[in-house]
Amino acid sequence: MDKFTKVTGVATPLMRQNVDTDLIIRIERLVDNVTRDGLGPYCFEQIRFKPDGSEDPDCIFNQKPYRDAPIILSRENFGCGSSREGAVWALKGMGIRAVIAPYFGDIFNNNCFQNGLLPVALPIHEIEQLADEMKASPGNARVTIDLENCQVVSPTGRTIPFQIDARRQHAMLNGLDDIAQTMARKDEIAAWQTQDKTARPWVWL
Amino acid sequence: MGKTLFDKIWDSHVITDLGNRFVLLHIDRLLLHDMSGGKALKEAIEKGYPPAQPRLTYGTPDHTMSTKPGRTEKTHPPGEPLILSMRETTSAYGIKLFDLGQDGQGIVHVMGPEQGLTLPGTTLVCGDSHTSTHGGMGSLAFGIGSSELVHVIATQTMVQRKPKRLRASFEGKLMPGVTAKDMILHLIGELGTAAGTGYSVEYAGSAVRALPIEARLTLCNLTIEMGARTGMVAPDDTTYEYLNGRDYAPKGAMWDRAVAHWRTLPSDPDAEFDREHTVDMKNVAPQITWGTSPEHVIAVDRAIPDPSTGPEEKRGAWEAALKYQGLEPGKPIEGTKVDWVFIGSCTNSRISDLRAAATIVKGRHKADHVTAWVVPGSVRIKQEAEAEGLDRVFLDAGFEWREPGCSMCLASNGERVPPGKRSVSTSNRNFVGRQGPGARTHLASPAMAAAAAIKGAIADVRKI
Ligand code: SF4
Repeated sequence: MDKFTKVTGVATPLMRQNVDTDLIIRIERLVDNVTRDGLGPYCFEQIRFKPDGSEDPDCIFNQKPYRDAPIILSRENFGCGSSREGAVWALKGMGIRAVIAPYFGDIFNNNCFQNGLLPVALPIHEIEQLADEMKASPGNARVTIDLENCQVVSPTGRTIPFQIDARRQHAMLNGLDDIAQTMARKDEIAAWQTQDKTARPWVWL
Repeated sequence: MGKTLFDKIWDSHVITDLGNRFVLLHIDRLLLHDMSGGKALKEAIEKGYPPAQPRLTYGTPDHTMSTKPGRTEKTHPPGEPLILSMRETTSAYGIKLFDLGQDGQGIVHVMGPEQGLTLPGTTLVCGDSHTSTHGGMGSLAFGIGSSELVHVIATQTMVQRKPKRLRASFEGKLMPGVTAKDMILHLIGELGTAAGTGYSVEYAGSAVRALPIEARLTLCNLTIEMGARTGMVAPDDTTYEYLNGRDYAPKGAMWDRAVAHWRTLPSDPDAEFDREHTVDMKNVAPQITWGTSPEHVIAVDRAIPDPSTGPEEKRGAWEAALKYQGLEPGKPIEGTKVDWVFIGSCTNSRISDLRAAATIVKGRHKADHVTAWVVPGSVRIKQEAEAEGLDRVFLDAGFEWREPGCSMCLASNGERVPPGKRSVSTSNRNFVGRQGPGARTHLASPAMAAAAAIKGAIADVRKI
């Protein structure tokens, strides 16, 4: 998994509520067997492109300086809906390293931590202010997310602390794979299963 | 202090505490489907992790193949490689696959309970957010992403953080025309799509106790639409009656032992919840969604909401939703012209759903301009319905009678509502583009969907 320590760059004020994973990536793109790394061009396609396939200039992702921004600013409940991990792969494919929102869909949140994409939860008033600062000096404004120190630095230099579980912070900083960590507990798992086969034999087919 | 149903199942599955509220949780059942099943198995194997417990793992294709009568995996070519890869990987490791054309095939959340694979008190996961459906059997079930899926294949465990607990109690009797679908849509309308984020939900109250199993599955199905990964109903005699004799349910003396254990699971009277919410069933009427989020829902006899009078923080979202849906605020929603009707999905494709729709349809004909589909949830449901003559009822009324699968619930198999067309659907998501780019979806119960097909417009099932 990719490590995440710090990112500095333009933050796109998407500022929508309930950005669902269907909106982030259409399910057909996952059926069509595009590889994980190939999903970027389809990320947010329903709002980035018009029905005739041309770019919609009204969509913020198509506007300068947001086109290559590594950070998204959003309102509540980003990543709600379907469990499709393709949503995280598509965001990464589009160059997104972190999303800042008041809170995230639970499954999306977990999926982010499996792929080195950082979901940062901040109060809505902080995000609104970040969005204002971004818009106030387009082209120059940058946001920094520092995972080691758990803080966001705004374009005007304000530092805003955020919280993250120590376990997840450690795994993200070091790019640790969950499976390898769990595999190290093979014996504990086997022991649990042995006692469960006696306690609840009907579960074991 | 007493324990909740959720805590009892969670605590008994903790292999080890990882700190910070994270635990390593044992997973008793892993269900696979074609969208992610084959890919995840391949990925696990390539990483050097063969399936840890193939006998606790079951699969069926549902998402990517056509539901056209007489279909095979070739009918919708983009889905074929996914189905072939699932077939190959499951057979290599002796994982039971309820394959296309075989007994038992169906939508994965219909298949589990139907086969007796979903048992009370078990942990069950699947790479699909509507896995919460299985909670209707008293199982702790939740949807997971692809990486988590590979983790479960490799280790039969998950690293999880304990959620908080929310109890939603429905008290009183169901009013005419009201179903479990209306109960859950009403609740989401009251609480919003994010109320359950970070929570597990227990559905309780006299109205829930009175629901048959299939209705409980519908209720739990939409749990994710209020943000919670898992929702459950405590097991009781209704559960045991439903389960007894099913293919994979315990038998004989083992059955008695299992039931004795299951009887210990319901929440203790003094168990505490982090949040409680009660719905008075007197206030629950047949529901229909008007917008592009399941929380955009009203009783069918109400007017389309006006964003200028709505809560300020939702105004923008409401305006965008009305624009997408092509609706005018203030007008009654009843009578809005409908082009498509879809009866199916893991929410509402079980035999009782088909019977409810058929009761409305019988002796009538769909409106000429409407395309109406019925997609049974599994091969067994299809056979049962045909034995009762329900297929004839639908076909005589001008509906299509199709093969089991997800179909137009998410349009990943080429079956879509055309752009700009309006559909009444018994599925669970009315997101922008969910049923196809530009499609306008209204969620409702099977009887409401059937009524819309007959009238050619959104209709109040109580008036038919
Ligand atoms: S019917 Fe719809 S919601 Fe259910 S499993 Fe299939 S795609 Fe998912």
